[in-house]
Amino acid sequence: MAEIVVHQDKIPDISAVADLCPFGAIEVSDGSVVINAGCKMCRLCVKNGPPGAFEFVKERRVTVDKDLWKGIAVYLDQTDGAIHPVSLELLGKARELAGKVGHPVIALLAGTKMGQAADEMLHYGIDKLYLYEHALLEHFRIEPYTAVFEDFIKRCQPAVVLVGGTAIGRSLAPRVAARFRTGLTADCTFLDIQKNTDLDQIRPAFGGNIMAHIRTPHNRPQFATVRYKIFSAPERIAVASGEIIRVKLDAALLASKIETLSSSRKAPVRNIEDADVLVVAGQGIQRVENMALLTELAEKLGGMVGGTRPVIEAGWLEPRRQIGLSGRTVKPKLLIACGVSGSVQFAAGMNGADKIVAINIDPDAPIFKIAHTAIVGDVCEILPSLLEKINAGEVA
Amino acid sequence: MKIIVCIKQVPGTTQVDIDAETGVLKRDGVEAKINPYDLYALETALRLKADYPGASVTAITMGPPQAMQSLREALMMGVDDVVLVSDRRFAGADVLATAHTLSQAMMLMDDWGTGLIVCGQQTTDGDTAQVGPEIAEFLGIPHAANVTAIQEFSAEALVAKVDLPTTEEIIRIPLPCLVCVNKDIYTPRLPSYTLKKASRDRKIRTVTLDDLPDSDPAHYGLNGSPTQVVWVFPPEHHVEHERWKGSTEELAAQLYDYLRSEKFLA
Repeated sequence: MAEIVVHQDKIPDISAVADLCPFGAIEVSDGSVVINAGCKMCRLCVKNGPPGAFEFVKERRVTVDKDLWKGIAVYLDQTDGAIHPVSLELLGKARELAGKVGHPVIALLAGTKMGQAADEMLHYGIDKLYLYEHALLEHFRIEPYTAVFEDFIKRCQPAVVLVGGTAIGRSLAPRVAARFRTGLTADCTFLDIQKNTDLDQIRPAFGGNIMAHIRTPHNRPQFATVRYKIFSAPERIAVASGEIIRVKLDAALLASKIETLSSSRKAPVRNIEDADVLVVAGQGIQRVENMALLTELAEKLGGMVGGTRPVIEAGWLEPRRQIGLSGRTVKPKLLIACGVSGSVQFAAGMNGADKIVAINIDPDAPIFKIAHTAIVGDVCEILPSLLEKINAGEVA
Repeated sequence: MKIIVCIKQVPGTTQVDIDAETGVLKRDGVEAKINPYDLYALETALRLKADYPGASVTAITMGPPQAMQSLREALMMGVDDVVLVSDRRFAGADVLATAHTLSQAMMLMDDWGTGLIVCGQQTTDGDTAQVGPEIAEFLGIPHAANVTAIQEFSAEALVAKVDLPTTEEIIRIPLPCLVCVNKDIYTPRLPSYTLKKASRDRKIRTVTLDDLPDSDPAHYGLNGSPTQVVWVFPPEHHVEHERWKGSTEELAAQLYDYLRSEKFLA
């Protein structure tokens, strides 16, 4: 049984040890130091505490035979026949991981009338695409889709399963992972793979203030979800390659009492994730009236307007324009941050942008740590002046 | 009709600093609170109860003893019963172990198999949004995530609006089932002082590992967790910076030239 054992005699100063634990799990009770149920086994007390005071006792665990699990699998997220672009990004990453361990890239596609979409997917470096088609898969319903995924995993035994962090992926991936009693790390921002096929799953924690490096060392498959725009989309390969394997499942396996009563397409909106240029409003723009300046600049640059959380909460922009850990992740060619202080949570949603220009009156604003171009000045004055020049330039 | 709501106590703030040398996490000592997303789950449950005579709402949480405070807040919002699931042996639990623990504790409740379980979308500390679907899998019941509205509710089924990537759908899902409700599904009510007084001396039941149907410690806590944190480190900032200073006019001119030379402007 893994646990942290406290050796009281090695603790010279009881009053100091509680601070070792960021989770508040170290307590002093009746003159002894005890660890309570808040312990997350991060083992920082073992590392930083008085020598020998906290001892990590490893457990003996059953590990699967990793040689039996081969393949880097990607779930192709589709609605109405359209494959979500995050799936392409995952195919690119899968190809990279597969290359390191000599595994094939396999994909799962489920739905109805998916033939054309499946053919198109063969331009993205898939070795085997498993296509599950049935009328019962017309709309996403959790039970039939989980059944399909289960069959796919039993059939292919992949080492790794990558799922896009869409509304569907975030509902489906955990259910399947639980079915196989295996691990799933959500919203990874970095993936790598060890020679023994252990997946390195790295993601931000504590609001982006720290990065956590996670592994699933004893179980297979290793599930990870990744949000859109974290990885780059691969190039489409002109010549298709790979094979499509059609799997016909018995209707009984796809049975579910969930009924889709209606399905309506949401009005197509331009997403900020798709914009090449983003002009971002922070609280420093001071008044909602100044949003017009950003809107105009975005228009001139062929981009869109985004906002930080305070700006969205103030109602100056709709929620779908929020950038950050609890908003969207963006990776534009150019991001101009206007009056944005640059909290860690905001940075986590945009620090992958190619060029970051930040305008802020405060020379010590945290945004300047991640900006390529730091402009120390009053955005409410700079923008009108800039727009004047742009307009004058157009006329000339 | 039993409605169970899963809640979690989370840190009051996620402001953490990490010492790059020692890897020590320094956390601001701000009070813990109910995960804000769970307030929407609680509100959903309380509204459904209002429309269904005889329904009762139970809030359940897995956590250290201080999580009891979140249960007290749930009582102040109007839930009928609360359960704390707490044991040192649950320490270090990842999503799978947490979902297993909670589903085991739910199996101890009367009528758990006939009702509805409501979860919030995600937590502000873990952010995974996985525990709800995993609980449903362990209990062998269907689930629906991304629920933005509940249109009908009966002992047989629930009709809900769900928000999917490109579509909005209305589904009918039979009970027993689990739903994960989105933020803004309703406006959560505030705790009531009257309920606070009424529940102040209420004893809260604690469920430990020994109470659970599956009493094998290997299935809980760190041992029951397939994912493990192997390391934590501060995020890196490798950026080449250029800092501009000057008058408004100078800066605007410099920015205009920059945008033109980088071909963002003609």
